[in-house]
Amino acid sequence: MPFIQNTPDDQREMLAAVGVKSLDELFEGIPAELRLKGPLAVAAGISEDSLWKELKQLASWNSSGAGGSFLGAGMYRHYYPQVVDALQGRQEFVTAYTPYQPEAGQGTLTAFFEFQTMIAELCGLEVANASMYDGCSAAAEAVIMAANLTRKRRRVVVSRGVHPHTRRTLKTYLEWTGLECIEVPLGEDGKTKWADLVDADCCALLVQSPNTLGVIEDTSAAAKLARDAGAISIQSVYPISLGLLKSPGEAGFDIAVGEGQSLGIPTACGGPSFGLFATKQSFVRKMPGRIVGQTEDSQGRRGFALTFQTREQHIRRAKATSNICTNNALMALRGAIYLAAAGAEGLREVASHSLAKAQYAAVEIESLGGFSLRHTSDACFNEFVVDCPVPAAEVNRAIDAAGMIGGFEIGRWYPELGPKALLLAFTELSSRDQIHSLLRAMDSCKSRIPVG
Amino acid sequence: MNKDLLLFEKSRPGRRTLRLGELDVPAARLDALPAGSLRETPPKLPEIGELELVRHFVRLSKKNVSIADSFYPLGSCTMKYNPLLNESAAAIEGFRDIHPLQDPGRLQGALAIMKRLEETLAAITGLEAVTLHPAAGAQGELAALLVAHKHFARMGQSQRTKVLIPDSAHGTNPASASLAGLTALEVKSGPDGLVDLADLESKLGADTAVFMITNPSTLGLFETNIARISELVHAAGGLVYMDGANMNAIMGIARPVDFGVDMMHLNLHKTFSTPHGGGGPGAGPICVTAELEPYLPAPRIVENDSGLHLDYDIPHSIGMLRGFAGNFGVLLRAYCYLRRLGAEGIQRVAENAVLNANYLRVKLRDAYHVPFDSICMHEFVCNNRNQREQGVHTLDIAKRLIDMGHHPMTIYFPLVVNEAMMIEPTETEAKETLDAFIEDMLQVAREAEENPERLHAAPCTTPVGRLDEGRAVREPILRYNFSD
Amino acid sequence: MRPTDRHYLSSHEWIKISGDNAVIGITDFAVEELSSGNEGDLVYCDLPEVGRNLEESETFGEIESVKAVSDLNTPLPGEVVEINSAIEDHLEILSDDPWDRGWLIKIRLADKDTSKLLDAAAYEETLASHS
Repeated sequence: MPFIQNTPDDQREMLAAVGVKSLDELFEGIPAELRLKGPLAVAAGISEDSLWKELKQLASWNSSGAGGSFLGAGMYRHYYPQVVDALQGRQEFVTAYTPYQPEAGQGTLTAFFEFQTMIAELCGLEVANASMYDGCSAAAEAVIMAANLTRKRRRVVVSRGVHPHTRRTLKTYLEWTGLECIEVPLGEDGKTKWADLVDADCCALLVQSPNTLGVIEDTSAAAKLARDAGAISIQSVYPISLGLLKSPGEAGFDIAVGEGQSLGIPTACGGPSFGLFATKQSFVRKMPGRIVGQTEDSQGRRGFALTFQTREQHIRRAKATSNICTNNALMALRGAIYLAAAGAEGLREVASHSLAKAQYAAVEIESLGGFSLRHTSDACFNEFVVDCPVPAAEVNRAIDAAGMIGGFEIGRWYPELGPKALLLAFTELSSRDQIHSLLRAMDSCKSRIPVG
Repeated sequence: MNKDLLLFEKSRPGRRTLRLGELDVPAARLDALPAGSLRETPPKLPEIGELELVRHFVRLSKKNVSIADSFYPLGSCTMKYNPLLNESAAAIEGFRDIHPLQDPGRLQGALAIMKRLEETLAAITGLEAVTLHPAAGAQGELAALLVAHKHFARMGQSQRTKVLIPDSAHGTNPASASLAGLTALEVKSGPDGLVDLADLESKLGADTAVFMITNPSTLGLFETNIARISELVHAAGGLVYMDGANMNAIMGIARPVDFGVDMMHLNLHKTFSTPHGGGGPGAGPICVTAELEPYLPAPRIVENDSGLHLDYDIPHSIGMLRGFAGNFGVLLRAYCYLRRLGAEGIQRVAENAVLNANYLRVKLRDAYHVPFDSICMHEFVCNNRNQREQGVHTLDIAKRLIDMGHHPMTIYFPLVVNEAMMIEPTETEAKETLDAFIEDMLQVAREAEENPERLHAAPCTTPVGRLDEGRAVREPILRYNFSD
Repeated sequence: MRPTDRHYLSSHEWIKISGDNAVIGITDFAVEELSSGNEGDLVYCDLPEVGRNLEESETFGEIESVKAVSDLNTPLPGEVVEINSAIEDHLEILSDDPWDRGWLIKIRLADKDTSKLLDAAAYEETLASHS
């Protein structure tokens, strides 16, 4: 049997030691009427080589867009150096448990400490935790933390530019908290039109920049709005963009959250990635998730351990700051290796290449005629909305026919943008050739415009 | 050179590993961006050349104890072998480089894997509907409690706000209850370690929403009264939730649906062999009865004429708990594992997990006190009662085991046993590994008698000795201080 | 025998009444339980603001060690008039002298009825059932 090493002889010996006659006898504590009578309705097992063949076939039913992909909308395909796979893939990292025994987990703990430092630096804030599940749940937990910090305030003000999955996750987490969640619309320029909702009853303001339409928000103004009202300000970030764009800390935010996928993690059909979470040191006691701290052993050697554990569910139980236990540690390790490989200069390079590709594509798309950018590319980072002359789904089909993965039909999330709106994303991996293939595919759609 | 320097201490200006090629389009026009949108101070990320980067993380990896190098009998965590095939599977381009929002017609392989995994988990638990959406066990608990909360609200029974939880439960249970807007209420364990039925009955009532039970329990005991418990909870109008953390003991042997369970989560990173990764990622699918299916989180995997697709628009759903469908990379690994095992293999897993645990129990029970010393499931709990007089604590025993080359067992949990040691060998360990562990445990027990100081001083073979964890809270250093 | 000049809760708080005021603290047993005998393991104590009105048995704060946390409950209702702020930075005082220098808060009593509280002997009895 795969993965089981006990031989029939081993089993006999062990059963005798236990004092039972059969494996079946070990389960006599389960009342007979509760025992399964026949075999499970599951297919018979297969060998490793058969499975490998099956996997290859299943994988071939998926398209990985080898000819190029312009799909972002929350997950982005960036290049990561091969050291990321090789180092993160080491079995000593992969097969270890949460380092509750610090002496046996200094590798993971040290890496988390470095991760926390790099995420805090990236966000321009003081401290970060050792990861959340993903960007959406990190944002929801940040809002709950803000409500706990501001006690009686009940209103959460959220920009409609925040990723719809984040907004839906937030709504789910807040369902029974008594907190009121108000969505603020985007203006014609694609930026959030903050109304007078950020007041003395507001506990949290949540904005995403660049937002889901790719538009860079006026983050300093949003943070100030919250600060003036005594509310907690939260920015959801696209970490790659922070190689160039103003950090949440510089803009004056109290908390930064974000989807960590772009930091060296493949898109993998939506996960696993990790959620990043950074804030001020004074808020640490209300922060969700694991935190690693530096300390010493009795000989004065530097060491690292999980700290502030009394916030967590295994100690504080019903009163914990969050129910999170398993986090996304290994993906955070990937993020740490990626950030260390890039350094500030490498990150800036990735960000500026991504921006350059988007700016180049924007000019070329507008010059096709029939296609126009909803917001000027000067307002955007690496992603923007294109208004197509035909339904976006049709444009995507043409891109698909050319062996590429098209953009996101953004009208599905923002009906107000209509069915012809297409969200296109560019990264350093979008080559000039790919962009021109994209342009040809888009151009070919013009001929399909119905006459009259 | 000090090999223990942090990345920031190894950093030298001008070095780096990631360098992109020449830009094939005009350079970015930064001045075109909105005024004030650029970063003023670059982040202080390390500047490291590739070789130093490799050495740094290779050296760090060697400071970990992992399943790949050591026996890891961490109770309740099911640290079984993580098949390497599954890692290779996740690296196949057609799985690794696919985007969750691409045309479902171009995702049929991934969707088929998720659908088949749902079906297999439904067969194992006997529950009709499965979602793979939750990111981890705790998020699965939250999802299920939100399902229950919504269900009762729709049934006009909003007064059902209490979640009854045995005192031996994982902390995530009460924490999830709070997050779901419900109130956790503790149910006592009886002297046999099982749920105290009288205490449960006295707490059941018109305000009961859910009874959460870990079965087998964290004491490694099968809850023999489970059917009766379910009857009582159902008679009171409540739902039965099973925490499936310990499913490794009973899969293929018994199905939760036959216990009267209405909903449960599974930990793919425990029972189904996906690696723990130093704390995650995991996946916490939940399985529910047909009655509760309409409330499951979005998206659901559904089939129509053009094949499988993700439906994000589920009218009565509790909503989303995270982005996209789920941790596909984890789901894929679990799929591979179950495909290798098949129906028979699944049953063999449970049998050998239980055999290995009982073998350790009988071999250790003379040296260590086993408070509930009967046939156990996949794990058992002992403690330091026999060693306490020598001033030896459970912590000392655990730390000494590290020096002997084992990862310690789970300690100080469950809370219902004083200074507990919770031992779970899993089915993938060979008898000779168990024998070596037994020998070392007996050696530790002898040392506790003869030389307790040796235990107090442990571990001494590790990169650091016992750390001052109090100081880590009183004088928190949570990030590298660059001014040093 | 623990001090007989005060009353106790089974959750290990003590209250010592003098006139209209009372001082509240926690017992040596509580300190020992939290810190497993290692005073360095006590890490944090959260005390209420002066002026806060506490109802009977209300939780007024928390005390933490590295791996445990315990609510602080008031044995009797009253208004917080003073807190022992020295404790917050010097938790070792609690190990050294939980009965006197280790007091936590002083309240102006809203009710002096001690009939529901334990005396020293009754408290000792509850401890006996612990071990």
